[in-house]
Amino acid sequence: MTATVTAGLATGAWRRFAGRGWRGRIDVRDFIQANYTPYTGDASFLTGPTDRTRAVWGKVSALFPEERGRGVLDVDAATPSTITSHAPGYIDRERELIVGLQTDAPLKRAIMPNGGIRTVENSLKAYGYEPDPFVTKVFGTYRKTHNDGVFDAYTPAMRTARKVGIITGLPDAYGRGRIIGDYRRVALYGTDRLIDAKRAERALLDARPSSADIIRDREELAEQIKALRELTEMAAAYGCDVSRPAATAHEAVQWLYLGYLASVKEQNGAAMSLGRTSTFLDVYLQRDLDAGLIDERRAQELVDDFVIKLRIVRFLRTPEYDALFSGDPTWVTESIAGIGRDGRPLVTRTSFRFLQTLYNLGPAPEPNLTVLWSPRLPAAFKEFCARVSIDTSAVQYESDDLMRPRTGDDTAIACCVSAMAVGRQMQFFGARVNLAKALLYAVNGGRDEVTGEQVTPELPPLTGEYLDYGELTTAYDRVLDWLARTYVDALNVIHYMHDKYAYERIEMALHDYPVHRFMACGIAGLSVAADSLSAVKHARVKVFRDATGLAVDFRTEGEFPAYGNNDDRADSLAVGLAESFMAKVRKHPAYRDAEHTQSVLTITSNVVYGEHTGNTPDGRRAGAPFAPGANPMNGRDEHGVIAAALSVAKLPYEQARDGISLTTTITPEGLGHAPEERAGHLVGVLDGYMAAGGFHMNVNVLDRGTLEDAMEHPEKYPELTIRVSGYAVNFVRLTREQQLDVISRTFHGSL
Amino acid sequence: MSPLTAGPATGRIHSWDLSTGVDGPGTRFVLFLSGCPLRCLYCANPDTWHLRDGRGATVDEVMAEIDKYRPFLTTTGGGVTLTGGEPLLQPAFTGAVLRRCKEAGLHTALDTSGFPGARATGELLTDTDLVLLDIKSFDPAAYRGLTGGDLAPTLTFATRLNRLGVPMWIRYVLVPGWTDDLTAVDGLAEFVAGLDTVDRVDVLPFHKLGAAKYEALGIPFPLKDTPTPDAGLTRQVCERFRARGKAAY
Repeated sequence: MTATVTAGLATGAWRRFAGRGWRGRIDVRDFIQANYTPYTGDASFLTGPTDRTRAVWGKVSALFPEERGRGVLDVDAATPSTITSHAPGYIDRERELIVGLQTDAPLKRAIMPNGGIRTVENSLKAYGYEPDPFVTKVFGTYRKTHNDGVFDAYTPAMRTARKVGIITGLPDAYGRGRIIGDYRRVALYGTDRLIDAKRAERALLDARPSSADIIRDREELAEQIKALRELTEMAAAYGCDVSRPAATAHEAVQWLYLGYLASVKEQNGAAMSLGRTSTFLDVYLQRDLDAGLIDERRAQELVDDFVIKLRIVRFLRTPEYDALFSGDPTWVTESIAGIGRDGRPLVTRTSFRFLQTLYNLGPAPEPNLTVLWSPRLPAAFKEFCARVSIDTSAVQYESDDLMRPRTGDDTAIACCVSAMAVGRQMQFFGARVNLAKALLYAVNGGRDEVTGEQVTPELPPLTGEYLDYGELTTAYDRVLDWLARTYVDALNVIHYMHDKYAYERIEMALHDYPVHRFMACGIAGLSVAADSLSAVKHARVKVFRDATGLAVDFRTEGEFPAYGNNDDRADSLAVGLAESFMAKVRKHPAYRDAEHTQSVLTITSNVVYGEHTGNTPDGRRAGAPFAPGANPMNGRDEHGVIAAALSVAKLPYEQARDGISLTTTITPEGLGHAPEERAGHLVGVLDGYMAAGGFHMNVNVLDRGTLEDAMEHPEKYPELTIRVSGYAVNFVRLTREQQLDVISRTFHGSL
Repeated sequence: MSPLTAGPATGRIHSWDLSTGVDGPGTRFVLFLSGCPLRCLYCANPDTWHLRDGRGATVDEVMAEIDKYRPFLTTTGGGVTLTGGEPLLQPAFTGAVLRRCKEAGLHTALDTSGFPGARATGELLTDTDLVLLDIKSFDPAAYRGLTGGDLAPTLTFATRLNRLGVPMWIRYVLVPGWTDDLTAVDGLAEFVAGLDTVDRVDVLPFHKLGAAKYEALGIPFPLKDTPTPDAGLTRQVCERFRARGKAAY
C-alpha cells in the first residue's frame, strides 16, 4: 500500500488531491467526497463545439445513414471479441482526443459467441454475412455457450412458461448486462494497484476450505486479474499506460473510457451502463483548469470526445431483438448530480458539460443521460436540466431522495431505472413476468388463453357467468404463487450459466469482493391487471367461453375506476399487486444469495407483451399493447399527466427497488403558454412528482418531427395528448387539418 | 364554518384536470364549471355551454379531489383555477370553492369573461388571488358579433377589480378577421395600461381543436374556415401591450 501511495505522489498523479481513506483502499466515493467542487452557478460558462469536435463528429456521423440503411455498417464475423482481440481503431487519428474503438474501425461490429453461438449466427445471416466456419466449429464443438448451458438445465415447466410468454425477455440467449464496472477506478488507481487489491482479496480465500462457492470465487478473481492485465495490454496498443494512475484530466477521461471499452469489447450486455462519472472527472478537469493546463474549451472538448465514443458503442444483435427494444439500444447510462450524504449537491461544472453534449453534438438517446433529481439540487442546475429536456427530450430523471438512503450517494443507474452502489453492488437481470396473462390463467385454471395449453399445474377454473372478485383474487393468488416460483427458479438457472460461460471478467474486476448481488425480477402489464381487478370489483364482468370452456372474452357492465386517475379505489389494486408479487418472489431463494428486487418497467416491450396476451377483463382487446412500465393504460387517465403520475407515485419503491418507470409526453405548450417560463414549470413538476414519492420520469417534450410522424403513423402514437389553454386532445384522433393546425400553433409556422 | 360552506352547496360541473403554465401560475387543478351566457364563435368547449349538461357535485366532493393534489400544487407554485363554461354563472358554488381553497392555503384563480362580473360578491373576490380576465374584443360591435353579449360589463368588472386591488392576467384570443384589427388592439392596450393590477397579458392564437366537439354535438362550428393567426401577427399584438409597459406572451 505504502509503495503505491508513494508511486502516486512520485508521478504526481495525485498531486493536490485531498483525503486519506481512498489512498489506502479502493474507494472512489471517498476520493470524490474529499476532492470535488460543488457548482451552484448557471450554464453561462459552457462552450460550444470546437472545429475539431465538429470534424470528428462529422466524420463518424457521416457513416450513420449507410448503417441505418443496411442495419449494420460492417461486421468482423471471424474474430470472437475479447478485450485484446482487435487492433486499435480510430475515427480520425489526428484529431481524436479520446481514443479506442470496439474493433479496428468505427461502427464495425464484433461477434461475442459466449452468450450463444446461434444468436451470433442468426444475426450474421440477417445482415447478409456468412458465419465463420472456424468460429462455428469452436463454439459448436469445443466451447460451450451460456445459451447451451441454460437449455441443458431448464425444466419442462420453464420452457413452457417461456414459450407461451408468461415469462419473457429472459437473458438466456444474450448477455444479461446491467453490471456497471467502476471504470473510475482505472483512472484513479491504475491497473497495477487494482491487480494488487484483487490479489489481496484472493489471498483471503486461500485459507478457506475449497467448497464449490469458494472455488468459484477463486476462479472468478483469477479471471478478473487476467482481465485487468488484458485491459493494460489493450490500452498499451493505443499508447496509454493504464498500469499507473491518470495524471491529467485528459488521461483521466481516457483511462476511464478504456476501462469501459474493455467491457464492451468483452460483453454484449442488454444494457452496458457507464456509472456515475461526471463529478469524478470534474475533480481532474478542475485541477487542470486551476493549474492553467487547460481552458474551458478543452475541458468541454474532452467531454464531447468521450461522449462521441459512447454514442458509437455497437453490438451485433438480431432484428427480432431490435424490434423488441425499438431500435438498437445500448443503455450507456450515465448518472448525473444527486445530493451527498453530507447534504452537498454532487453537481459540478462537468455535470453541466455532459448535458451540454446534447447541444454540441445534437440530441441522441445514447449515452442515456440520467439526472438523479432532488428538489434540493441547485436551482440553476435544475433549470438547465429542464431546458435541455425541453430542447432535446433526451434526459430522464430519477429520485435521488429515494435511492440515497438505500444505495448511498455513489449510486448509479443500470439500464433505465436500476439503482446500484457503483463497484459494490451488481444485479442479475431478470426481465419480467406478464401479470395480465397470469390473471387470465387464474380465470382459466392455468390454461393459456391463446394456445389453450395447460401451463400451470391444473387448477380449478372459474366457471360463473360473471367473474366473482373473491374467487378471482383467490385463484390469481394461486397462479402468482406458481409464477413466482417458476420465475425465480428459471432466473437461478440462467445466472448460474451466465456466470459459468459468459462471466463479466473486467466489469467484476472493477467491483469489490465480495459484491452485493440483486436478483432483479420484474413485472409487466400492471395497469392491465389492476384495471381488470377494478372492473371485476366495481362493475360486472361477464365471461364468454369457447367450446373447450376457455374464457376468451369479457364484457363489462357498468363503470369502474381506472389506475392512473389518482383514485385510490383503482390505484390500491396496483399497489397491492406489486406488493404481493414481490412478497411471493422473496419466498424463493435466489442464486448466490442475491437480494430479491423487482422493477415495474417494460422499456418498449409492452407492445410485444400485449401481442401475446388475449382479451382482458378491463376491456383491452387481444393483441393490444400494454402501457409502458408503470404507466396507466392509454386513454384511461382522464385528468392529465399529473394525476397519472401521482397514481404511479403510489407504487412503493421499497417493494420495487429495481425501479418504477413512468414515461410522459408533453407538448411545449403543455408546460406553459410563455416559452421562457416552461423550464421553470418543468422543474416544478419534477419537484412535485419526486416530493410525492415518484421514482422515475421520462420527459418527452414533443418536437415538430414527432407530431409530423404521428400524422403519418398514428398507430405509433395512441396516447399522444396535446395540451393547450384549458383543453386537451388526443392528437391522433384529430382530422388532418386539425393536426396541421396544432403543429403550426405549437411550433409557430406552417408546414 | 363560513356561511358559504354551511349549506350543502352543490354546483354543476363539466370535468376537472391538471395543467401547467396555461391557466395561471404553476401547476393548477382546473375545475370546469358548466353553463355559459356567451356563445363565442371560437369557443373550444361547446360541451360546457349548458348548466343542464353538467353533473351535480358538492363543494365537499370537489374539495376532496383538490386535496389529493395540495402538496403538488404548492410545490409547483400553482393552485386552483375555476373556469368553464363561466364560473360566475354559479357564484354561490364558485365562491364556496374559492373560500375553501383559501382555507386550505391554496392560490386561487378565476377564469371569466367578466360578462357576469356583477354577480361576483366582494367576499368571492376577496378569496380570489388572481382573475384571468378574458376580454374578447375592445370593439363593442365586434364583441357582440363574436360573443352575443355586451362588452361594457367586462370593462366595468375590470375597473372594479383594479379598484379592489385584485391581480389580473388579461387573456386576448387572437382571431383573424375578428380580433386582429390593430386599432382595436391599441384601444384595449390603452385600457389595460390603465389597470395597475394587470400583471401580464396572454395573447392566445385562435385554434380549432374544439371542432370535433361541435361535430359530436351536431352543432356547426362557425369559424371552421377561419385561418389561425401566424406567429408574426401574434408577436405584433404582443408588442402593442409591451409598448405600454405590460408583460405579454
